[in-house]
Amino acid sequence: MNWGSADTWIVVTGAFCAAACALPGCFLLLRRMSMMGDAISHAVLPGLALAFLFTASRASLTMFVGAAVVGVLTALFTQWVSRFGEVEHGAAMGIVFTTLFAIGLLLIVRAADHVDLDPGCVLYGAIELTPLDTWSLPGSEFAIPRATLLLAGMFGFNLLLVLLLFKELRLSAFDPALSTTLGFPSGLMHYLLMTDVAVTTVAAFEAVGSIIVIAMLIVPPAAACLLSRRLPTLIALSVVLAVLSAALGHVAAITLPRFLGFETTSSAGMMAAAAGFLFLLAWLFHPGDGLLTRHFSRARPRPALDGPESGPVSLEP
Amino acid sequence: MHVTNNLAPRGALIALSILFAAGAAWAGAGDASGRSQSLPDPDEFVEVLFLRNYNTRLVVAGATLLGATSGLVGTFLLLRKRSLLGDSLAHATLPGIGIAFMLMVAAGFSGKNLPGLLAGATASGAAGMLAVLAIRNTTRLKDDAAMGIALSVSFGIGIAVLRLTQNMPQGSAAGLESFIYGKTASMVFSDFLLIAGVSLCTTLACALVLKELTLLCFDEQYAAAQGWPTLSLDLLLIGLVIAVTVVGLQSVGLILIIAFLITPASAARFWTHRYTSMLLLAGVIGAVSGWFGSSLSALLPRLPAGAVIVLTAASIFLFSMFFGSARGVLLRWIEHRRLRRRVGRQHLLRAAYEILETGSTQEHIANVSIPFPQLLVHRSWSVAHLRKLLRDARREDHLEPSAQGTIRLSENGFGEAARITRNHRLWELYLIRHADIAPSHVDRDADMVEHILGAELVHQLEAELKPRSAVPASPHDITAAAAL
Amino acid sequence: MHSIASAAKPPVELRPEHPAAFPLTVHDLTVAYHRRPVIWDIELNIPEGHLVGLVGPNGAGKSTLLKACLDLVPRTSGEIQIYGQPYRRQRNLVAYVPQRESVDWDFPVSALDVVAMGSYRKLGWFKRVGPAQLRNARDMLDQVGIAHLAGRQISQLSGGQQQRVFLARALAQDASLYFMDEPFSAVDAATELAIVDLLRELKARKRTCLVVHHDLSTVAQYFDWVVLLNMRIVAAGPTREVFTRENLQKTYGGKLSVLDAAAEALRHSGP
Repeated sequence: MNWGSADTWIVVTGAFCAAACALPGCFLLLRRMSMMGDAISHAVLPGLALAFLFTASRASLTMFVGAAVVGVLTALFTQWVSRFGEVEHGAAMGIVFTTLFAIGLLLIVRAADHVDLDPGCVLYGAIELTPLDTWSLPGSEFAIPRATLLLAGMFGFNLLLVLLLFKELRLSAFDPALSTTLGFPSGLMHYLLMTDVAVTTVAAFEAVGSIIVIAMLIVPPAAACLLSRRLPTLIALSVVLAVLSAALGHVAAITLPRFLGFETTSSAGMMAAAAGFLFLLAWLFHPGDGLLTRHFSRARPRPALDGPESGPVSLEP
Repeated sequence: MHVTNNLAPRGALIALSILFAAGAAWAGAGDASGRSQSLPDPDEFVEVLFLRNYNTRLVVAGATLLGATSGLVGTFLLLRKRSLLGDSLAHATLPGIGIAFMLMVAAGFSGKNLPGLLAGATASGAAGMLAVLAIRNTTRLKDDAAMGIALSVSFGIGIAVLRLTQNMPQGSAAGLESFIYGKTASMVFSDFLLIAGVSLCTTLACALVLKELTLLCFDEQYAAAQGWPTLSLDLLLIGLVIAVTVVGLQSVGLILIIAFLITPASAARFWTHRYTSMLLLAGVIGAVSGWFGSSLSALLPRLPAGAVIVLTAASIFLFSMFFGSARGVLLRWIEHRRLRRRVGRQHLLRAAYEILETGSTQEHIANVSIPFPQLLVHRSWSVAHLRKLLRDARREDHLEPSAQGTIRLSENGFGEAARITRNHRLWELYLIRHADIAPSHVDRDADMVEHILGAELVHQLEAELKPRSAVPASPHDITAAAAL
Repeated sequence: MHSIASAAKPPVELRPEHPAAFPLTVHDLTVAYHRRPVIWDIELNIPEGHLVGLVGPNGAGKSTLLKACLDLVPRTSGEIQIYGQPYRRQRNLVAYVPQRESVDWDFPVSALDVVAMGSYRKLGWFKRVGPAQLRNARDMLDQVGIAHLAGRQISQLSGGQQQRVFLARALAQDASLYFMDEPFSAVDAATELAIVDLLRELKARKRTCLVVHHDLSTVAQYFDWVVLLNMRIVAAGPTREVFTRENLQKTYGGKLSVLDAAAEALRHSGP
């Protein structure tokens, strides 16, 4: 295994990306909207295309804004369709994102004469190329990949958001009605979360592709959910798992294919796969009721000697 | 009538599948004249829309069939609240395609052997779906998380595997891309036959186990308690989805097949309250989207068929959402408005009647003018709201012209007011005598329920309660509200 | 319109195939969700032809006991017999009324469709619902007093009417043993009376009903047999003997307010 500084940067970038996604992902999981990341990352295509058509440049900022706006619109449209049409949320999401994707595809193909925008490139991204595009402080030798900076910023922003609004986010995910009556409108919290997911998604896949985003929004929080029932622990665990998957994924991407006689494979893909592997471990072995832990402790639970099970609680006169 | 209702859909489903077979034979038997790629003139428009041309006929017929079948299967998914399963499944096929490609190349065959790739896609799709079921059934994670995990992890593995195939010296994997974006326009006869075959089998299977699948979707626990093998039924449904998805994936692409599984079914729901008609309608909407979208794409240059079909289906959905005859937004809005008006009208008339009642002697209630302020305090309306109520009442011919700042009921309105007040009081009495509800609570309950009191019930109440006069006295003090 | 017992059937109909066995026998039953036990060491014999109220505080495992009897939740240990045989052999003798919240009432089916589902078990695979089943379903809707609503989509029914639809579906199964999960929860007074009438008619026809119930004030009035459950069986037997203040205290622990209400109810309805 040849580990160079590029590899380190890939892992660091991937780790920031994964951690940045895992934070809002926890709340998506609690709100049962895990598929939102997938929906948004498909749906932003028209945003990218329009930004490109209007400015005729691939400057990242316009593309970023275009994609983020459409990402938020995805959440908004989904909400409208599911509320006004009384359509199940998942179905509403599916309708909205496929429609937006189709519009984007149409725009791209119609403008194909003067556009070099490959939807495949947008979707798959290229985390391997991030170390090539660096940025350094004027007068300094030390060069940092642009994507790393961007994603570190994104992670910082999400961390701040979660720390500041922890109580509000938790309440609105758990009991929207109560949240609204207590003065934290659950609708507002919903759109705030959705905007954050959209911005994170766009920032991340502009830099490293959508696969990592989709996977990290769902898989580490889900694995953490099996390991802990306390929300703060769950969030911390999911960040740890996300970082682990990024490191593990890249290592796997440059080592595993050798066994089959290949060079390397997609790091982004393997990071998603590694997250899946960690989920599998959590699923099988997590303390309490993991599939295998349950199997090994098959013995019939015996009546506990303490607690309310031990008999009717005596009654105060 | 209900018998025919129940028999018809199944017959129709079977008829539909026979139609598929016939369509397949017809599409295959055409002439092979090529089509020129120019701007459409009216003749060409007709030619394409009515499938006079062999190539377009294949594409259009294929898309139509696929739309109809996925509409059917998608309906069950929607009713099972698993619409996004198609999304998850479509992504889960990717590793299988890549692995099948690599295995076939390693074994010395061409990597692009279609049956081989489809087998790979089916196998890994099935594995992904089993993972979804397993996660859902053995952990506390919900459907959405389970689907998301299967989707993203297999998407990642798929991309990793496809990247490997791209580096393979033995052959380019370029053709594998079409699995993601589809190649509707370049569909060949064998693709079409595959679609037709799968459509036929899927439709027949749906027709055969219609009642079982519906029960599973409606009430899984009850189905289990009755002894139906719910897990097997679930697997069957997923099997149908896999069949449709895999076939659709290679002919129309990933995003289109996801849309096909969700959009027609959701659109159909706006038009009907019966699952049987919903199934048929979803099939029809899917077929129409496939037919129209692929025709349009064949007519105009550089319109990718997949995208146009998705947009057609989405337009139908949007139209249905607003104008649907069973649950459409417009319909519900109108109903709500109508109800509010009726309630408002009844409140106004009853308020007027009660004011007249308190202002007159026992025997005879005189219809005199009522000043606005008295009406306003009686039900604590806002001025604007009262104006609106009065405007409506005038339109209904319930009011007569009267002095400024007062209203006066017309003869018609007075009669209506007496009738409404009588119903309301009857209801109050009924509640008091029969349901042990405290009189202080009656007024509010009665206000809600009197609006749905039918004539029959009113007669029943009259007979039961035998009120002495035409309008019985209110069981609670009506001046209390006026005094506020 | 509320006299649903009017369409009476021949009153007594014995099921000769299991003359000796109890309709329901539960032996040493323990059920745990994940690793948390929900009900412990349940021993229970329900005699034929009784209306049995299953009573206990929230979280006592009432629904779980019902679901365990129907093989809907895995058992950690124990054995359950319906007329002397395991449930999977006796499905034809059992009907189940789930909690109203367990299904999506927006589902595109009519009341009649739902009631016809009761006949699916006897129809078996592939056979479709025919005129005979629909006629039967209509009769059952008539028995619960809402035949005029047969064609309505189920979300357009009131809560009480939805509950009646579920009852009619169970009736359509023509079972000997009925499991009902909170049929009285959130229904209007008229429906509650209608359900009670229906239960009494079932009793008159020698059917057995096990009903999860949480309104202590009506237990003595509605049921002639009571099972008091709080993770374990506290007491089971004829209402008059078992439904006592002492047993209720054991079942409900320190929740005095509930108890007092129940005690009051007992004084009113007692002999």
